[in-house]
This record gives sequence, structure tokens and C-alpha cells, in this order.
Amino acid sequence: MNSQAQYLKAIYLTQQQKDGPASTGDVADMLDVSPASANEMIGKLEDRGLLNHEKYKGVDLTDDGITQAREALQNYCIIERFLVEVLEVEEFRTEAKQLEGVIDETVAERLDTIIDRDPKCPDCFDAEDDVCGLLEVEVEATSD
Amino acid sequence: MSLTQPVGSDHQLARLLQIGIVLEEVVEARSAKHAEETGDELDPDVIELLEHASTESADHRRRLEDLVDDLEADTVAFEEIEMLVEAQYEADEDFDGVLYDQLCNEETAYKFYDDLIEAIEASDVSFSVDRARLLDVLSDIRADEAEGVEEVTDMMEAQQ
Repeated sequence: MNSQAQYLKAIYLTQQQKDGPASTGDVADMLDVSPASANEMIGKLEDRGLLNHEKYKGVDLTDDGITQAREALQNYCIIERFLVEVLEVEEFRTEAKQLEGVIDETVAERLDTIIDRDPKCPDCFDAEDDVCGLLEVEVEATSD
Repeated sequence: MSLTQPVGSDHQLARLLQIGIVLEEVVEARSAKHAEETGDELDPDVIELLEHASTESADHRRRLEDLVDDLEADTVAFEEIEMLVEAQYEADEDFDGVLYDQLCNEETAYKFYDDLIEAIEASDVSFSVDRARLLDVLSDIRADEAEGVEEVTDMMEAQQ
């Protein structure tokens, strides 16, 4: 099951990649869910004022939606960095995905007190690689 | 956001308990650091509260470590977390007073255990560690954290 935060994050990243509205299909692909499930959640998020959905055009986050999506993305970055830097988990992408719906933002904030994260986070997130662009460099550098 | 996903495996349970241990280690190290850095300026009651928090976290950590051992997973050494806390402590721009930080510690820990208990109760996985013992330990720790929130809140109110 994907949480509201995971949907907002996926829509935000898809909109960034497309530089415009995100299609329901793209969001469903990113979350690996059926288009019907994605549509259902998109309807709920629209009711909550977090996005606008126009048929044939796609989904556009509102200002509130963007704020919440960026918070969700930042939490995800904290979890990834924590897994890499503190617990030294190799499969950190897979585990971060399992944990992002489980780690509350207040917990993420505490974990953030012991990791080294760039102030421009989450703008450095690389949606293609599903990882912080800066963290990827460090991981590659240490594996050389 | 609340924890709605059930714990799916021994591996995930061990990972969540490891995170619990790190949170306790952060509390332990930050409380000790606060007492050391600001000890001279602090009220004796606040110092006592920080010392109690540090001791209690060490006890929670050991109880969680026993569970993680039973799941045959590793834990992060306290010294390692102490070093990370030390490294980030000075750079912490959001630092907003010793008691406020302690309140965040206690509230975060309470929320973490509350969510974890809910996720374990929602799971139908048969874990390698006895479920009743697991829930007992986590419920005890959650009760301590709730008490901690109350103690810090009372002290903050008394100091106003």
C-alpha cells in the first residue's frame, strides 16, 4: 500500500521530469500500482486540495501539494542517507522504499541530526536514479 | 503521516529495532552533550532530568539490543553514534534550548514506538522473536517515553 506522501512525492518528481502535468499512467508506473489505484488516490488528493486533475491533461500539484511533496521527498532523502551513512545498508534504495511509509517525519527529523545532508536538499534529488544526486557521487567514490 | 504498513518480515523488524536503538543512542548522546556544554548554566533539576534521560535511554537500548540479537542482526555501536552526534551538534542550526530538544527526543521516541507497536499488531508475520515479549518490551518503553514527555512539559511550564 502506498501512502499519501509516496503519491505526492511521485507526482512531484514526475512533474519535474515532464516539466508539466503528470499523467495518471506515469504516476502509476513510478509507484508500480494499477492505473485504477492511482486514479482513486489522485481523486482523494484532489478532494484534499493537494492537486488539480484535468482529464487528458494530467495532474498538477497545488502549492500545498508541492510543500507536502517536498517534505516527503526530504524524509525519503534522510532515510536513504541514514541507511547509507549510519547502518551501511547496500540495498538502501529498496529498503528506503519499504521504510518511507513507516518512518514518521518527526523520526526522520531526529535521524537527520546525525547525518550529513546538503542544505539544498531535496533539490539535489535525482529522480532517474531514485537517489540524492550528491549521495550517489559519494557512494560511487567509496566503492572505487 | 502515520505508520499504516504492517511489518513484513524479520529483516524489516530488525531494521526498525535498529532505528529504535539509534534514536535511543541519539537521546543518550545529546542529553550527555547538553549537560556537558551547558551544565554550569543549568538548573540542578534540568541536569537531573538530562541524566535520568541518558540512563533511561541506555536501558532502552540494551533491551532493544537483546531483541535485535535474537533476530540475528547487528547493532550500531554507541560510540559511533556519539561521534556522529558530536560532529553534527555544533552545526545544528535548529537548536532551540535544552528542554525543547529533550521534549523533541521524548515525543519522537514515543511516536516511533507507538507506530511500531501498531505495525507489529497489524502484521500476520510469524517473527523469530516471541511476539508477546516483543510487544511487552516496546509497550514498556513507550510508557517511559510518555512519562518523559510529561516530565519535560511540566518542567518547561515551571520554568516559565
